Amino acid sequence: MKLSKQEYDRMNRQASPPSPVAKDCLWAFFVGGAICLLGEVLRTAYGRAGFILTDASALTSITLVALSAVLTALGWYQKLASRAGAGTLVPITGFANAVVSPAIEYRVEGLVTGVGAKMFVIAGPVIVWGMMASVVWGVVYYFLRPMMGG
Amino acid sequence: MHYFWAFVVGGALCVIGQLLIDLTALTPARILVLFVVSGVALSALGWYRPLAEFAGAGATVPLLGFGHLLAQGVVAAVERHGLLGALTGGFSAAAGGIAASLVCGVAASLAARSKDQC
Amino acid sequence: MGDTLFFERPASVMGYASVGGKREAEGPLAEGFDLLETDTTFGEKTWEQSESRMQTLCAELALRRCGIDAAGVDLLFGGDLENQCTASNYTMRGLGIPFVGLYSACATMAEGLALAACFVAGGLARRAMALTSSHFCAAERQFRFPLEYGGKRTPTSQWTATAAGGVVLSADGAGPYLRAVTFGRVTDLGIKDTNNMGAAMAPAAASTLLAYFRDSGRDPEEFDRIYTGDLGAVGSALAMQLCEREGLRLEKIHEDCGLLLYDRGRQQVGAGGSGAGCSAAVLCSHILPQLKAGALQRVLFVATGALMSPTTALQKESIPGIAHLVAIENA
Repeated sequence: MKLSKQEYDRMNRQASPPSPVAKDCLWAFFVGGAICLLGEVLRTAYGRAGFILTDASALTSITLVALSAVLTALGWYQKLASRAGAGTLVPITGFANAVVSPAIEYRVEGLVTGVGAKMFVIAGPVIVWGMMASVVWGVVYYFLRPMMGG
Repeated sequence: MHYFWAFVVGGALCVIGQLLIDLTALTPARILVLFVVSGVALSALGWYRPLAEFAGAGATVPLLGFGHLLAQGVVAAVERHGLLGALTGGFSAAAGGIAASLVCGVAASLAARSKDQC
Repeated sequence: MGDTLFFERPASVMGYASVGGKREAEGPLAEGFDLLETDTTFGEKTWEQSESRMQTLCAELALRRCGIDAAGVDLLFGGDLENQCTASNYTMRGLGIPFVGLYSACATMAEGLALAACFVAGGLARRAMALTSSHFCAAERQFRFPLEYGGKRTPTSQWTATAAGGVVLSADGAGPYLRAVTFGRVTDLGIKDTNNMGAAMAPAAASTLLAYFRDSGRDPEEFDRIYTGDLGAVGSALAMQLCEREGLRLEKIHEDCGLLLYDRGRQQVGAGGSGAGCSAAVLCSHILPQLKAGALQRVLFVATGALMSPTTALQKESIPGIAHLVAIENA
């Protein structure tokens, strides 16, 4: 077959159906929005219960994480995510799903070599690069602070 | 009204993620890393705090908010401990969410079994 | 001759069996399966063992349909998608037939069948068997994500079948006969998207089909059907375009195993089914029964495989494809 990779790439682009962007975005908007709304309801409730703002936020995150873990264990989070896409990926519940799902999946390879070693196989990069960014910002902030008149 | 804006802003941030998935070759793992690092950067520039005050959980629940949390934590720690705070601030601020995920992961691994998707 | 081997005393299909899981039971080919199990664990504790159990059940059913036991088979060519082909290895630990383990991803059934045909037609084995499987859950946890992980599939991605197929070939018998085989060449036109394996494999399918028609001098009109394995919707369209560029028009007689196993309108399987068990199960539940019944007289079975690994995919290597062809005829 006399065909360049560029030509085949063009053929492939024509033959491959594109993602249904509008539909995907509607799902992501409503499911993601609903999860954030639930977060706001929780945060307000914890605030009314007398927690200070940072504690109320932390408790909100922890509650959402626990809820996501339960739904993940039941297999429902995956079912929702197969439609909601980024709507379930981007909120903190998606992070929890990324931690809990390998823990369940690789349990059969042992508590240490399976659960322990594989738990952060998906979420690990988020922690690694989030931490790196925060450390860089911390160092920058340390040296910028005197200049900001602090 | 703050409920409404939490919904709209949270939903909009998810739509940005969905557009990145559908229209670019970025994998979900890369998008999550991008969100967290962007959250740190936006917070460092002082742009994320107004959004968090405006939209509440709509800004803090998406992973951008996780980056904002890390950046805020590191600023507070540098204020208190100097340069050492650059190392301790991020993890301290994120400890709640990460530890909760970890504990839930271990608990779920003991309670649940892997199931088929069909 | 070229790349194609023609047999003077061709091997005959003695018996075959197919086993499927829940989604396969809900699909359009359900009636043709010998065994459908909606509990896809097959009673085992790990997905790897589930796949081995399914493959063992398939092998036993195929032998029973031939009226022979394991001792009656001289050689078995088998494979699957798991790392180090463990599903087949553990199946064969129990079966006790001399075993040749194969890996050609989703093309493994055609590879095994072609090798078995060569051994029998060449007089090196009296009876030889080809057996392959794939299991959605074992493949997901190895190649993609944990099963509970929430991810959205792209429209071009394919669904790994939970299925197994096994065929016993014999030196004597009343057919259908394996008249010719073409072992494919590894072909790569630069596709890197592991969620679009149909596009990665289509050039291999076209290359092998072109080789067969060039070597045999036959006309596509002489065949009732040409079954490609697991190209799915995208790969099928591309393979047909590639053949047509070379003057080979196959649309009218072409079908794809990945499109036959599921109903894409009703079942969420993206561009279609895939996996070493997909083409094997379609062969044993749909193609061979039609040949036996006389509804088909002459077909080509061209299973295709994507030969990357998760490691090479992360290293940004493109995906090499392969396709092996078997010509099966009643006469």
